[in-house]
Amino acid sequence: MMTTPGTGHDRAQIVAAKRQRQASRIAEAASAGIKVLLVKVLVLGIVDAISVYALFVLFAKQDWLVFGLVLVVTVAVNWIYFRVKGLPAKYLTPGLIFLLIFQIFVVGYSGYIAFTNYGTGHNSTKDDAVSSLILSAQERVPDSPTYALTVLEQAGVYSFLVTDPDGDISVGNADSPLKTVTDAETDGSGQAVGLPGYSTLNFADIVANQEAIAAVAVPLSDDPNDGSLRTPDGSAAYLYLSDLVYDEAAGTMTNTGTGVVYTEDPSQGSFVAADGSELQPGWKVEVGLANFAKAFGTDSIRGPLISVTLWTFAFAFLSVATTFALGLFLAIVFNDLRMRGRNVYRVVMILPYAFPAFLSALVWAGMLNPQFGFINQVLFGGAEIPWLTNEWLAKFSIIFVNLWLGFPYMFLVCTGALQSIPGELQEAATVDGAKPWQVFRLIKLPLLLVSVSPLLIASFAFNFNNFNLIYMLTNGGPRDVTAGVNVGATDILISMVYKVAFVGASRDYGLASAFSILIFVLVALVSIISFRQTKALEELN
Amino acid sequence: MMVKKNGLLAAGAIAVAASLALAGCSAGSDSSGAASDADSSTLTVWVDADRAAVLKDAAAAFTKESGVKVKLVQKDFAKIQEEFIAQVPTGKGPDITIAAHDWLGNFVSNGVVQPVELGDTAADYQQVAVTAMSYEGKTYGVPYSIENIALLRNTALAPTAPATFDDMVAAGTAAGTEFPYLVQIGPEADPYHLYPFQTSFGAPVFGTNADGSYNPDDLTVGNAGGEAFATWLAAEGAAGRMSVNLTGDIAKEKFYAGASPFLLTGPWNVPDAQAAGIDVSVDAVPSAGGQPAQPFVGVQGFMVSAKTKNAIAANEFLVNYIGSEDVQTALYEVGGRPPALTAAFEAASSDPITAGFGAVGATAVPMPNIPQMGKVWQFWGVTEAAIISNQGDPVQLWQKMTADIAAAIQ
Repeated sequence: MMTTPGTGHDRAQIVAAKRQRQASRIAEAASAGIKVLLVKVLVLGIVDAISVYALFVLFAKQDWLVFGLVLVVTVAVNWIYFRVKGLPAKYLTPGLIFLLIFQIFVVGYSGYIAFTNYGTGHNSTKDDAVSSLILSAQERVPDSPTYALTVLEQAGVYSFLVTDPDGDISVGNADSPLKTVTDAETDGSGQAVGLPGYSTLNFADIVANQEAIAAVAVPLSDDPNDGSLRTPDGSAAYLYLSDLVYDEAAGTMTNTGTGVVYTEDPSQGSFVAADGSELQPGWKVEVGLANFAKAFGTDSIRGPLISVTLWTFAFAFLSVATTFALGLFLAIVFNDLRMRGRNVYRVVMILPYAFPAFLSALVWAGMLNPQFGFINQVLFGGAEIPWLTNEWLAKFSIIFVNLWLGFPYMFLVCTGALQSIPGELQEAATVDGAKPWQVFRLIKLPLLLVSVSPLLIASFAFNFNNFNLIYMLTNGGPRDVTAGVNVGATDILISMVYKVAFVGASRDYGLASAFSILIFVLVALVSIISFRQTKALEELN
Repeated sequence: MMVKKNGLLAAGAIAVAASLALAGCSAGSDSSGAASDADSSTLTVWVDADRAAVLKDAAAAFTKESGVKVKLVQKDFAKIQEEFIAQVPTGKGPDITIAAHDWLGNFVSNGVVQPVELGDTAADYQQVAVTAMSYEGKTYGVPYSIENIALLRNTALAPTAPATFDDMVAAGTAAGTEFPYLVQIGPEADPYHLYPFQTSFGAPVFGTNADGSYNPDDLTVGNAGGEAFATWLAAEGAAGRMSVNLTGDIAKEKFYAGASPFLLTGPWNVPDAQAAGIDVSVDAVPSAGGQPAQPFVGVQGFMVSAKTKNAIAANEFLVNYIGSEDVQTALYEVGGRPPALTAAFEAASSDPITAGFGAVGATAVPMPNIPQMGKVWQFWGVTEAAIISNQGDPVQLWQKMTADIAAAIQ
């Protein structure tokens, strides 16, 4: 309706608006000034120079995805900062770039890992796996002699001039097997050091071409089963036999010793024999929902998962409840003007907050030692109370230590929130005849909760994943040895994930990522529900 | 004005960082890069802080002789295993890393290391060190030190070395101290420190193949000797001589305080004990079950990345420089662990402490470096802890543990 230029009044309005826009543009341009423009050009110049360098490197590496990203980001940055308009974009862009790299990418990548078999034995590409298998399959023939070696070069082809322990001299290269020569130059010890028609490489030459020379395999004879000479250090050659042969076209690895054929299995990312045995290492492949199926389908993981989840909620909830209760109580006490030396007390109260939490947990683990710990020795007269080795006492100890660690934070937060509540409210209530408890329950607490509850939710989320405390205090223990799984009574989800995925020599990053997605879903659900509740609380007031 | 300018500068800095980060993410994802050829004659070596100073001299000598530069990168030893496995596949890892031999199975199954040919120098090392550095019959590292536990004796409290476990308990009781002997256990027990007792009952974890490597299919831990060991553990726990409350720190402090004549520990605790004014002597671990009490041996060494482009220089540096007597002796002097090279070891044996640990180590067994060992630890310790605290029938608990380990290895 407004866009149809009808009356003269409307037209005048549009003209005025246009003038206004022009005026503001000129004002903006003028305010930019020459100095700012210079700085702008300089900084953007540096950014572009680095980006162009990065683009060249990426182009050479043929890394098209990152190349494209850098290109798009560079163009976007230039466009945004050379435009006169769009001031908000100028402020937002740096943050957005950071968000992209350090949040979106990281989260996306972890999510992607959950759908792969990334972990021990599957941590790289297929090419790496093949070359590693071939490398490891090279075995020095037992009791074979050491050949003194001189590396020769002729027209870009490297040859090995070797002297065996009997003093016989022979030469060969990758294409022609060793053959005895008689016209070699020798040094004092009888070792051949040169051959007419070839140039001898010194160590520096060898190092300069070491990749090519390390790859040279000189067959001992026409029969490949006799093995070939290779050099690990450029000065000695040894006879090697490989027991694995790779056939790229068929995608198979054959063990020449046993005759077993390992066929490439793209769904598992490894070479698998008919009897199910596989060669290590394999490579990383996408496995779909297999990791989630493992989390819920494996008995040894599913059983503990349920009890651990329950304890995680109990732990997180009790931690928040106890620390908040104590912190709030102390805040109210120290907020009372009749209290003397409040500042000293406040500093003392903050102390636990100032120590690194994992160190405190370790110290507490020592103090709670049943036989030698401070608590039992001094406070309980030498009674051997198994604070950390009895299932329920361990749970209690965890919450108690977390209370000690966490109440200063709540104390700080509540002190701040209490001081922001106007004193008149309390006075008015007192004048109306309210008892102190009523004042607290009906006036102070609701007002306090409005400002504090988002922090309580954050604290819940933090404790939900409070790995430090569990790991340092009990390491998830005590364990039920008859259960047969590596999960203890005080393990929370995050420490269980750590154990399932990382303890022991075989890491399973894929499974761990799948677990972290599950944890994220749980925390997100709890947070959403809680924030809804908070909103309701806000509306009440 | 000011605000705007600062914002712009910040924006520039961030964009620079972003481009670099993006470029950095991809660096080395392809090994055919032109940039990496330029440093083909620089060896990158990961080393821990203690060893770095010693290697500096060896590196300088090597550079002088061969023209190959050596770049030492200091790393936290505890983090090297993870980082090496993560970085080698990306092509950003080092050419050589310092490593413990029991990481080897993990390294090999991830394809991040390549065999090292010691050639004829293999015979110059202590046999146990070379065995430890081997996996499936191939040698993957150049060893530099050997480490194992032994029995530390406070000579003021016990003048003679005990021949058997019962002798030790008798001598410890006669000394009238708080504990007859000390061994660290802790809430999840400590199978590493208890292992010599276990082997003295004839119950190693894995059987061995003909070439001395461990056979993961042969789980010997659950044999009759293992059951006897479990029963013995329960008895020691019931007698109050072993306790899960005795953590490593407490055991050490008690020994320094003279609360026991004997402590089962490694060379790492000797300097503190001597500083506490205790005259210590190092003896073999006394046998509890009649057979030799063999502790685990840990071997440290250097391994070569599977993706190095400097294979020849790396081999040359390791075999001829790290493997030289001078370097091995220098590494011994900073670490206090017996050298792996026999000549350097013999020179170091003039120190009775080193000689004592070395003598025990010579009869000991390498800690299994097969990846299956990782599955053993998680059941082993808690079961021992449960047995020591008498939480059930020891033989049943032990057999349950064996079954759990067998299931986990499958």
